[in-house]
Amino acid sequence: MTLLSVRDLTVKFAMRDQNLTALNKISFDLAKGERLGIVGESGAGKSITGFSLMKLLSHPGFIDSGQILLEGEDLIELSDARMRAIRGNRMAMIFQDPMVTLNPVLTIGQQMVETLRAHRKLSESDAKQISIVKLREVYIPSPEERLDQYPHELSGGMRQRIVIAIALLLDPQLIIADEPTTALDVTIQADIMDLLLELCQSNKVGLILITHDLGVVSQMTERLLVMYAGKIIEAGRTREIINDPQHPYTQGLINALPQQTEPGRPLKQIPGNMPSLSAIPTGCPFNPRCEYALDHCRTTPPEIVRYGNVEVACHEVSRLNAERSEEQGA
Amino acid sequence: MTELKNTQPLLELRSLEKHFDLDRGFLETIKFRGGKIVRESRQVHAVNDITLNVDRGEALCVVGESGCGKSTVARLIAGLLTPSSGEIHYDGVRIDNGSRSDIMSLRKKMQMIFQNPYASLNPRMTIQQALEEPVRYHNKSFSKGEVQDKVADVMRSVGVDPSWAKRYPHEFSGGQRQRIAIARALTVDPEFIIADEPISALDVSIQAQVLNLMLEAKNQRGLTYLFITHDLSVVQHFGTRVAVLYLGSVCELAETATLFENPKHPYTRALLSAVPQLKDDHPNHIRLKGEIPTPINLPQGCPFESRCAFANDRCKVEQPKPLLQTDGSIVACHAVEEDRLES
Amino acid sequence: MSNLSESHPPSFWTRIWESNIGYSFRSNPVAVASLMIFIVIVLMAVFAPLIAPFDPYDPAQIDIMNSEYPPVWIDGSDPKFLFGTDDQGRDLWSTILYGTRLSLLIGLCAVALQAFLGITIGLLAGYIGGRLDSLLMRLADIQLSFSTLMVAIIFLAVTQAMFGSETFNQYAIYFLIVVIGVAEWPQYARTVRATVLAEKKKEYVDGARVLGFGPMRIMVRHILPNSLSPIFVISTVQVANAIISEASLSFLGLGMPPSQPSLGSLISSGFDYIFSGSWWITAIPGVVLVILVLVINLLGDWMRDVLNPRLHKG
Repeated sequence: MTLLSVRDLTVKFAMRDQNLTALNKISFDLAKGERLGIVGESGAGKSITGFSLMKLLSHPGFIDSGQILLEGEDLIELSDARMRAIRGNRMAMIFQDPMVTLNPVLTIGQQMVETLRAHRKLSESDAKQISIVKLREVYIPSPEERLDQYPHELSGGMRQRIVIAIALLLDPQLIIADEPTTALDVTIQADIMDLLLELCQSNKVGLILITHDLGVVSQMTERLLVMYAGKIIEAGRTREIINDPQHPYTQGLINALPQQTEPGRPLKQIPGNMPSLSAIPTGCPFNPRCEYALDHCRTTPPEIVRYGNVEVACHEVSRLNAERSEEQGA
Repeated sequence: MTELKNTQPLLELRSLEKHFDLDRGFLETIKFRGGKIVRESRQVHAVNDITLNVDRGEALCVVGESGCGKSTVARLIAGLLTPSSGEIHYDGVRIDNGSRSDIMSLRKKMQMIFQNPYASLNPRMTIQQALEEPVRYHNKSFSKGEVQDKVADVMRSVGVDPSWAKRYPHEFSGGQRQRIAIARALTVDPEFIIADEPISALDVSIQAQVLNLMLEAKNQRGLTYLFITHDLSVVQHFGTRVAVLYLGSVCELAETATLFENPKHPYTRALLSAVPQLKDDHPNHIRLKGEIPTPINLPQGCPFESRCAFANDRCKVEQPKPLLQTDGSIVACHAVEEDRLES
Repeated sequence: MSNLSESHPPSFWTRIWESNIGYSFRSNPVAVASLMIFIVIVLMAVFAPLIAPFDPYDPAQIDIMNSEYPPVWIDGSDPKFLFGTDDQGRDLWSTILYGTRLSLLIGLCAVALQAFLGITIGLLAGYIGGRLDSLLMRLADIQLSFSTLMVAIIFLAVTQAMFGSETFNQYAIYFLIVVIGVAEWPQYARTVRATVLAEKKKEYVDGARVLGFGPMRIMVRHILPNSLSPIFVISTVQVANAIISEASLSFLGLGMPPSQPSLGSLISSGFDYIFSGSWWITAIPGVVLVILVLVINLLGDWMRDVLNPRLHKG
């Protein structure tokens, strides 16, 4: 059962003299209740993907072409009014900074009741009851009292829990979480991730987790997309990609982690930087940083093709894989 | 080399404390409490009684979560803040109370690298100006050519192309800016570098580049590091010793390998278990109760007592002393002292 | 970014032209037109002695018999006098050119004085802080609670009485610059202090301190260049204000003497004749004054929009 199906989504930014392509024909599917991770470095387009799915892109960004099908309905064709009814109701978004979602001058209770009553015909007291139930679901102690508090009276971890509770208020089918724990401490991050995982599993909610942290993705998600310069370069089951990455960039990303090197030895770094949108190299976008690049990598952009159990956008994937197994054999 | 010189540590912190006044000025200290007007001033206890040595040539990592005072420690050592009490000694000389000109030559030997490469370079100075300024300032006798040679030297050593010199910081990516910031610190030939979360604002692939650069500089120049971070995987890779801070106090201080193999303090254990692991499928992290209390009103006993699963009545009233363990680590915990922790 | 090492760094002017500011300027017709008009006015004022057909300061060229000729497009005019003549028989066109020159000079010098005082005080208050900050800012508050015009009127009236009208008229231009300059420094001081407080928290300032630089160097070399945007923005507003202040004071008879008229004193001197039909003596300098102030304010508006850090980060 497919919940969300993205087809050839292209997002551009209208700049002074030209349109810059921020997302280049990305396609992926998400089944009901599935948890999908999107990883990449800043500038890869992972956050833009999240915003595009919610149709929250603001000027100068715009959706150029493609389809976003939520249970067969193309969100791109929808009017703003119809889209507002879907946002928060069937799809919800969690941001890195909880204060993006929370209004500092309204109490938690007012915000939750307002959100509920905007989408459902409910009495004030019913809405309050639902809010309390949801707050309890995210393990907020004494939720009745929290309803009367303002966001600034709560700690960062607590705020993010409340944001999750608000996201779950209308029982959405899909939650898009954009770096939900990056601003939090490790111990709090672990708690929030546990919570998110538990809620998604018990309520059969689909999750798109956008993050730069491979460790988080590996523990939270079933499938994984790796993005680079506005393209999906590797997609497949999370475990398989983490254990045996095929694309040289994914390999580089995993090998660069300090855990992968003996303490004190130089880390295996990827040379160079992510290209800026105005200077994406021709051919494979990763070619200037790739140690295996050949001539056709510099001229022809690779298509994303199935290789083994994963999909990879790399011309040389079979050669590299063969070389690797030879090395390991020898 | 360290054995030859002597056993004196390069940097010594002796019962260092830093409090910030929350209520500044007379009017703010006046409050209305229970029908009476009272005068009270609240203080944030950012750093409490920290005693710590940094030996020559080592990389001491200070880890902890936000609000634990790790950045305050860095800024105290760098002279950006003055301690409320306690002493800081550098190479045997006390540096926390001298005038600026007295300790200038010592200050020059310790440099700082900051977290945010987008804010740590002056946006109105070209790379060349930013790098030449400290060289000129500290070597008044240098000729123009000597200054330029020195700058070109440093630029090459951190992998910054000298042809970038005429450009402004905003033309560079975060990783490149951090390289330039490191180059700037290296222009005055320091021996001690305080690095305050130098890679946490950078992307993963760039983090590796910068970390490698810092390791390389350490080996080539014999630098000593005080490395502030919240990222334990970086600590494991980079640090020779680790100090774990909680609410302004050191709760565990140990050799890196010892700490990761055998963490003793309950907080260290929780911290280590919370790091998301790449390959391990079903992690089980230690859940802590609640969140870090505010450092305004410190608990009387152990700072970690409110969240600790092993806390008892003694922990509520008595602050644990840092005690030396058999494997050389120093732990401040009653439960460890009484051997109440099952391992 | 990737081909950074291959291309040459652009020159200063190309950099400005290519920058966001340059682009925003090019694509804003109001700003371009305002700047062009402003430049034309400034050029005419600077080259007034070359452009003006008469020298209004030379009594030998003034003939009282020529007084109150209307502008050339009205019946009864003399083709020698483009905009007609004033009550003393001076050529209005020449007088306006010289008057604009004086108004601009007083405006710019007064603002330079304001900026010097305000920036120095603002930097010190913001960077050093503590008691000095409280003291200086309370001074600014007190200064601001008197209106500029009130201070100026009292000061100028007292000096006029003290030195006598003859000496006063001789040094009127300096008195005007000082009084307008001193009266408005708190505007600068407050703006600069606010930016300094924001900049002081940034890591590059900490970096400079760790490198051992002294407070003077940090203030002047590091903080000041990064506080320039708001200084530019208020400078435009302040130049316009200073020109208006000067005109108001001159209109009230406390500014430039009729023998050396600025735009304000010209408007004032024509005011007596406005009901006798000689409207041009007041109206034409008035229009010039309005245009001058308007283009400066339009430029200031554009600049505020461009330099507003909330609108674009970078």
